[in-house]
Amino acid sequence: MIDVHSISFRYQKDWVLQDISFQVGKGEFIGVIGPNGSGKTTLLKILYRLLSPQQGEVLFELAPLKRMSRTDIAKRIAVVAQETYPLFPFQVIEIVLMGRSPYLGYLMFESEKDLEIAKKAMEWTEILSLSERPIDELSGGERKRVFIARALAQEPEVILLDEPTTNLDIHHQIEFLDLILSLNRERGLTIVMATHDMNIASEFCDRLILLREGRIYKMGAPQEVITKETIETVYGCDVWVDQNPVSGMPRISLLRKGVHEIEAVGRDRIGTE
Amino acid sequence: MNILTRKKVIVISILLGILLGLVILFSIMVGSVKVKPLRSITILFQSILGLKGAGTETERAIILSLRVPRALLAGLVGAGLSVSGAIFQALLRNPLADPYILGVSSGAAVGAIIAILMGLSTLSIGLPLASFIGALLTIFIVFNFGKQDGKIHPNTLLLAGVIIGSFLSALIMFFISISQKEELHTIIFWLMGDFSFSNPQAVYMISPYIFFGFIFLYLRARQLNLILSGEESALQMGVDVERLKLISYLLASLITAASVSVCGLIGFVGLIVPHSVRLIFGPDHRLLLPSSALIGASFLIASDTFARTLLAPTELPVGVITAAFGGPFFIYLLRTRKVVKTL
Repeated sequence: MIDVHSISFRYQKDWVLQDISFQVGKGEFIGVIGPNGSGKTTLLKILYRLLSPQQGEVLFELAPLKRMSRTDIAKRIAVVAQETYPLFPFQVIEIVLMGRSPYLGYLMFESEKDLEIAKKAMEWTEILSLSERPIDELSGGERKRVFIARALAQEPEVILLDEPTTNLDIHHQIEFLDLILSLNRERGLTIVMATHDMNIASEFCDRLILLREGRIYKMGAPQEVITKETIETVYGCDVWVDQNPVSGMPRISLLRKGVHEIEAVGRDRIGTE
Repeated sequence: MNILTRKKVIVISILLGILLGLVILFSIMVGSVKVKPLRSITILFQSILGLKGAGTETERAIILSLRVPRALLAGLVGAGLSVSGAIFQALLRNPLADPYILGVSSGAAVGAIIAILMGLSTLSIGLPLASFIGALLTIFIVFNFGKQDGKIHPNTLLLAGVIIGSFLSALIMFFISISQKEELHTIIFWLMGDFSFSNPQAVYMISPYIFFGFIFLYLRARQLNLILSGEESALQMGVDVERLKLISYLLASLITAASVSVCGLIGFVGLIVPHSVRLIFGPDHRLLLPSSALIGASFLIASDTFARTLLAPTELPVGVITAAFGGPFFIYLLRTRKVVKTL
């Protein structure tokens, strides 16, 4: 579906991304992970052409992204980025209806059909009851849902998520990610999510792309990418990797300086026995 | 579900249009020279229908050549300033923005003052023309400084506008300090906003800018809603952000230039009318722009009517009235409702 073909990108002089190539299949749930400044957000911005790479190109279903019109991109790729709100307080329904914008062209007002689509998106995200509330009166978790609903109202094939779970407590994190996962599994939406939380990436994503200093360090299933050696090399800190006892997916535990030498080694023995 | 529909916009616009009509009628009925209120109306409608009859020659001159053009001019300027204020607030994502924020008004003032000092203000069109040219030059300069690699950066544009505005203010003070006493009065009144120069030519001169400016901005009302969430967010919705910004900034600046050129710097209207309308009708530009235009027009006509009748035959600068009445009303709205997001 998305074919990223050896792209490199720089803002000024230094390359922020170098020679990145990967493919995203239809219906995949991809996680992009990597340390601060490794280029995650830049990569997402290139995927919806907020930025254009100086080298290489991005193909969307075999067509070059750079030849697609802005509205065409908005009809197929929706973005839920780090939070931005309207300067003045709009109601929830008004924000969700803004997702219909790419389909309206020069029309000034949304049709009944647009309203139906927006309502459906609000139903899936369970915010129908909030529809006339001003956006600034909602909680962080509710607001996230509003922006997902707006993205769904775009009827996209792909949703790009940039750090969607920061500022959410664990209840809202799980709730949000379960929603994304169900959209992925039940409605076949392709998801590309940039995140700092490797345990979340490991639990929810089919495949991970690990970036380091603007290059792909490793790519593959969570089991292949999230290993003690890889994470320690890329992030330069001590971690402990085992399995989530319930799901069996890789799980990272952070280690205090010096702790691993005593406790972790002991645990390792228990594990291998 | 309570969403904005075409019907709602049309109904509200018609109601506000009726209000505007009533305000215009009121404003031509009163004035320092007594013309019977009913006779004023008769004269107006007869002249619209191309009839002659009621009233003496003097009365007809007062109504048709003084009060009507003045009301129309105040209406156009009120609408223009309110709409361009709303646009600048949206584009700069700044609730404090007003039509004068990019220095257009200072350019207009320099043009006007030069015209006054050269004695051009006695010509009916000399003063507005000079001030319009001053404003256009300022727009040109500010936009050239505010652009970087072909793109408009709101903060750069804002800084360019503020700095060029300050430079022009220095020029204004310089001119004031060297001007004679007679000129000084004209200059000060112009700087405070004044409709006493109104004439029919001024109405013809500025109405195309304000009408067409409004129409082209209104076509982008939905996109302006999107840009309130930021440029990236608008772009994600398929908006050609650079084009939207360029067209909207230029149109709003042109509307401001045209408005200021005929009456000087009327403060406050462009700031509080859009905010008040948002508090009443919500922030959606599809309703905000027409209702700001109509309410702004009514407000400024009403203020100007007070300005010329309150201490008649002495006229007050209309800016005194807009601030004196608008300020407390706005504080009231501010106390009862929420202006901007409280995140």
